[in-house]
Amino acid sequence: MERIDQLFHAYMDKSLGMVGPEGIESFCLAVGIDHTDVRILMLAWKMQAEKQGYFTLDEWRRGLSALHADTILKIRKRLQELEKEVMRPTNFLDFYVYAFCYSLAEKQKNIDIESACELLTVVLGFRFPLQVSKFIEYLKSQNDYKVINLDQWTSFLRFCNEINFPSLDNYDAELAWPLILDNFVEWMRENL
Amino acid sequence: MEEKTLKDMKEEEIRKMEKKTLKDMKEKEEKEEEMRKLELMLSNIEIKGLSNETLDGIKCMTLYTDIYIVATDSNQVFNAKMYSKYKEFHNDYLNDIVLPHLRLHHGEFLLKEFETSWAHYSKVIHNRLHLYFRYLGRYYVAREKLLNLNDVGNRCFIDLLYEEMRSRVMDAVICLINKERDGAKIDRELVKKVVNVFEELKLYEDIFEERIVAGTKDYYSKKASLWISENSCPEFMLKVEECLEKEENMVRDCMKPATEQKIVSEVEHKLLVLHSTQLFDKEYSGLKKLLEDGKVVDLARMYRLYSRVHDGLQHVCLAFKNHVTAQGMALVRQTEIEVNKHVVKNDVGALQNQQVHLIMEFIKLHEVYLSYVNDYFQSNSMFFKVLKEAFEVFCNKSIAGVSPAELLSIFCDQTLKKKSCDNDKSTEDTIDDVVKLLVYISDKDMFAEFHRKKLARRLLFNKSDSDEHERYLLTKLKQKCGRHFTSKMEGMVTDLTLCQDTTASFTDYLRDNPDMNPGFDLTVTVLTIGFWPSYKTCTFNLPPEMLRCVEAFKQFYQTRTKRTRITWLFSLGTCTIVGKFEPKTMDLIVTTLQASVLLLFNSANRLSYSDIKDQLDLPEEDVTRLLHSLSCAKYKILKKEPDTKTISKTDYFEFNSMFTDRLKRIKVPFPLVDDRKKVIETVVSDRRHAIEAAIVRIMKFRKVLGHHQLMSECAEVLSSTFRPDFKIIKLQIESLISRDYLERDSKDHSVYRYLA
Repeated sequence: MERIDQLFHAYMDKSLGMVGPEGIESFCLAVGIDHTDVRILMLAWKMQAEKQGYFTLDEWRRGLSALHADTILKIRKRLQELEKEVMRPTNFLDFYVYAFCYSLAEKQKNIDIESACELLTVVLGFRFPLQVSKFIEYLKSQNDYKVINLDQWTSFLRFCNEINFPSLDNYDAELAWPLILDNFVEWMRENL
Repeated sequence: MEEKTLKDMKEEEIRKMEKKTLKDMKEKEEKEEEMRKLELMLSNIEIKGLSNETLDGIKCMTLYTDIYIVATDSNQVFNAKMYSKYKEFHNDYLNDIVLPHLRLHHGEFLLKEFETSWAHYSKVIHNRLHLYFRYLGRYYVAREKLLNLNDVGNRCFIDLLYEEMRSRVMDAVICLINKERDGAKIDRELVKKVVNVFEELKLYEDIFEERIVAGTKDYYSKKASLWISENSCPEFMLKVEECLEKEENMVRDCMKPATEQKIVSEVEHKLLVLHSTQLFDKEYSGLKKLLEDGKVVDLARMYRLYSRVHDGLQHVCLAFKNHVTAQGMALVRQTEIEVNKHVVKNDVGALQNQQVHLIMEFIKLHEVYLSYVNDYFQSNSMFFKVLKEAFEVFCNKSIAGVSPAELLSIFCDQTLKKKSCDNDKSTEDTIDDVVKLLVYISDKDMFAEFHRKKLARRLLFNKSDSDEHERYLLTKLKQKCGRHFTSKMEGMVTDLTLCQDTTASFTDYLRDNPDMNPGFDLTVTVLTIGFWPSYKTCTFNLPPEMLRCVEAFKQFYQTRTKRTRITWLFSLGTCTIVGKFEPKTMDLIVTTLQASVLLLFNSANRLSYSDIKDQLDLPEEDVTRLLHSLSCAKYKILKKEPDTKTISKTDYFEFNSMFTDRLKRIKVPFPLVDDRKKVIETVVSDRRHAIEAAIVRIMKFRKVLGHHQLMSECAEVLSSTFRPDFKIIKLQIESLISRDYLERDSKDHSVYRYLA
C-alpha cells in the first residue's frame, strides 16, 4: 500500500491533488504504453475512475491493489493479464459500457460522433475491425445523428456479437434494434 | 314247491316284461304311425296351390287344422321341422316364381315387375302363410326366440333377391332417373313405389340411397366435363342452377328427405367444386370478365351457387377485391397523368378540378360496389371486408405529391362553398359520401388539419354556403372519428355564432359612447386561440382611420372582460374602400393590408417602393405581394413605373385615377400564400407527440412489454387517427430511453421497462 501511494505521489499534479493528464502521460511512458492505448482505459476501468484524464488517490489505490501491482515493473506485467481479463465476455460488456460513461463530458449523456468513432476504434477495433471500420464510415457520412447515446452504444456491441458480418443476413429491422443500426444496415446494403 | 314258485315267478316276470315290451312296441308303432301321418300331412301342405288367388274355404280349414295338429303334438320335433318348412315354402315361391319373372324383364318393366312381385309376395303369399302358421308363431317361435314369422318372409326375400335388387333393379332405377335428368318425362309413381319396397325391406339406405347417390355422381361427373368445355361461365351456371332445382324437386317428390342433402351435395361437388378453377378462369366469360362487364345477374347467380359450397366464396371474394382495387388504381393512375399535364402548364384551376373529379369518381365507385355487395352478394360480411381493403389500397395513394387526405379536404371545401342548387345530389348526401371515404384514408389527422385550415378561410371570408351544412359535416365526423377529432372545428363555428352577439353589443357600446365611434362600419370577429389554426401576426403601421377603429374596439372589449388579451390579425381582414376615380366612383373590396397601401395615396400622389415599405413597416415579401396585386394583376388600381410584370425595389407607384371597370363594385384578389407545407409539418409534429404520449400511456399501464407488442399496440391505439410509421415509433421509443422514461431489460434487449 505504501508503495502504491508513493507511486501516486510521483505522478500526482500537486495543484490538483490527483494525477492529471500530464501525470498519466508520464506514467504511460514509464509503463511503456502509448497514452491512447486501450490498456490505460482498462486500467481506468479497474480503478473505476470517474473523470477522464484524472485519477484520484482512492481510484489509484483501488486499481493498483486489484492488480496486485505496486511497482512499474509489476504494472507492466499485470497489464497483459488485465487485457485477458477484460476480454472475458462477462467483463467485456462492463468494460465497454464503462468506456462510454468515462468518455462523457460533465453533465452530458451523449458523445459526439467524432469522439464516439475514436472510442470505438480503441475499444472494439481489435475485436471487430470490419464492423467498426464500416460503422465509423457510416457515422461520418450521415447527418441524422450528431451524437451517440448509451443505448445505441451498447446495442452496437450486441450487433457485433450477434449479426453476421458483412452478410447481415440475420438482421431483422422489425426487432428492437435502435434506429441508427437499422439505418446503418440499410446504408451497408445500398453501398455494397 | 319252491322250485315251482321260482320258476313261476320267473315266468311271470318274463311274461310281464314281454307284455311291457309289446306295449312299448305298440306305442312306438302308434307313435311312428302318427309321425308318418303328420309327415304326410306336412308334405301335403301344398303351398304351390296357394299362389292361386282363390282358395276354397274347406281347403283353408283343412290346412289350418293340419298344421294345428302337428303343432300341438306333444312331440316337439315336428315344430322345428315345420318352421323350416315354413321357410322352405317362402324360398320355393321366390325361386320358382318371382326370380324367373324378374329375369325375364328389363328396364321399366323390370321395375314394374319388381314392385308387383313384392306386393303380391308380401301381401298375399306371406300373409296367408303367416295366417296358417300362426299357432306355431305364437308358441314355438316365441319360446325358442327364433326369427318371428313376419320377418322370415322379408328375410327370405332379401337373402334370395339381394344381388338382383342391388344390380339389375337399381340399374333400372338409375337409368330411369337419368332419363328424367336428360329431359324426358318418366313415371315418378313407379319410382315412388320402388322406394316404398326398399323402405319396407329396410334396405333403403343400404341399397337404394347408396346406388342412387353413386349414380348421381357418375351422371354429373360426365355432364360436368362436357358442359364446362362447351359452355361459357354464365351459361354453365344457369345449367347448374336448373339442375339443382330439378334434383331437389325430384328427390322431394320420390325419395326420403334425408337423401336430398346427399344428392344435392354430390351435384354441387361435381358441378361446382371440381371445375371451379376452370370456370372462374374462363377467358371471355370467367369471373374477372363478369366483374369487368358488370354482369350483375350472373354474379348474383354465382354468389348464390357458391354460397352453398363450403369455402366456395373465397375465390369470388378475392376476384371482387382485385377488381375493385384495379378499378380504383386505374382512376388513380389516370388522374396522375392528367394532373401532371396541368402541373407542367401551371394551370392551377384545372389541377384542382382534376383532384376534385377524382374524389367524385371514388365516391361513385364506392356507391356502385357497395350496391354490389348489398344487392348481389347478399350483404355478406366477407365481401364488405374486402371492399374496405380494396378501397384502403387506392384511397391512400398520393397524386403528384398531394396526399389523399388533402384531396378530400379540397373536395370538401368546394362542396361546402357551392350553392346547393345544382345537380341531383343534395349537399348532405355528398357530405355522407365524404365521411364514408374518410374511413378508408389512413391519415385522418392530415385531413382534419387541412379541413380546419379551409374551414377557417370559409368562415372568415364568408364563403361557406350554409352554416347548417358545416355543422352537419362536423356531426358526422364526430360520429365516425370521435369527439377529439372535431372539437377544435366546432369551437371555430361556435366562435362565429358568438360574434353576432359581440357585434350587437359593440353597436350598443358605440351608440352609448359616440365619441369613441371611429366613423366607419366596423365588424370584429373574435377568434379563440387553440380552436383556430395559428396565423402569423405582423405588427405594422395602421393608417390613422383604422387605428381609431382598433382603439374603439379595444375599449369596448375591456368593458366586457378584463382578463382576455386580444391580438389583431390584420392579414385576415377585409375592407371596402371607396375609390373616387375619374370615370366613376367605385367600391373596392380589398384586404385590410391592401387598403392600408391604398390609403397612403390619400396623402401622396406618387410613392416609391421603399416609401411604402417604410411607412407601413411590413416585411419585404408582403409588400411585394401587396403591390403586385394592386398594380400588376387583374385590376391596376395603381400605376407602376416601370410598367413591368414584376415588382422591384426601385419601382414607383402612382394612383391610377383613370381606372375603371364595367361593374361598380369589384373585389381585388389577393393571392394566398401556399401554406400546404406548414400544414403537413404541423401534422407530422403532432404525430410525434401523439406517438410519444401513446407509448408512455401503454408502458405506464403494462410496466414491462416486448418490442413487437409495444409497436403493434401503439399502432392500434392511433389507428383511428393515422397510421404511424414504425420508424417514427422506434425513434420515439429511443428518445424516451435516452430521457430515462424507459429502459431496455438487461437480459432481453427486446423488452422495455417503464421507469416511474
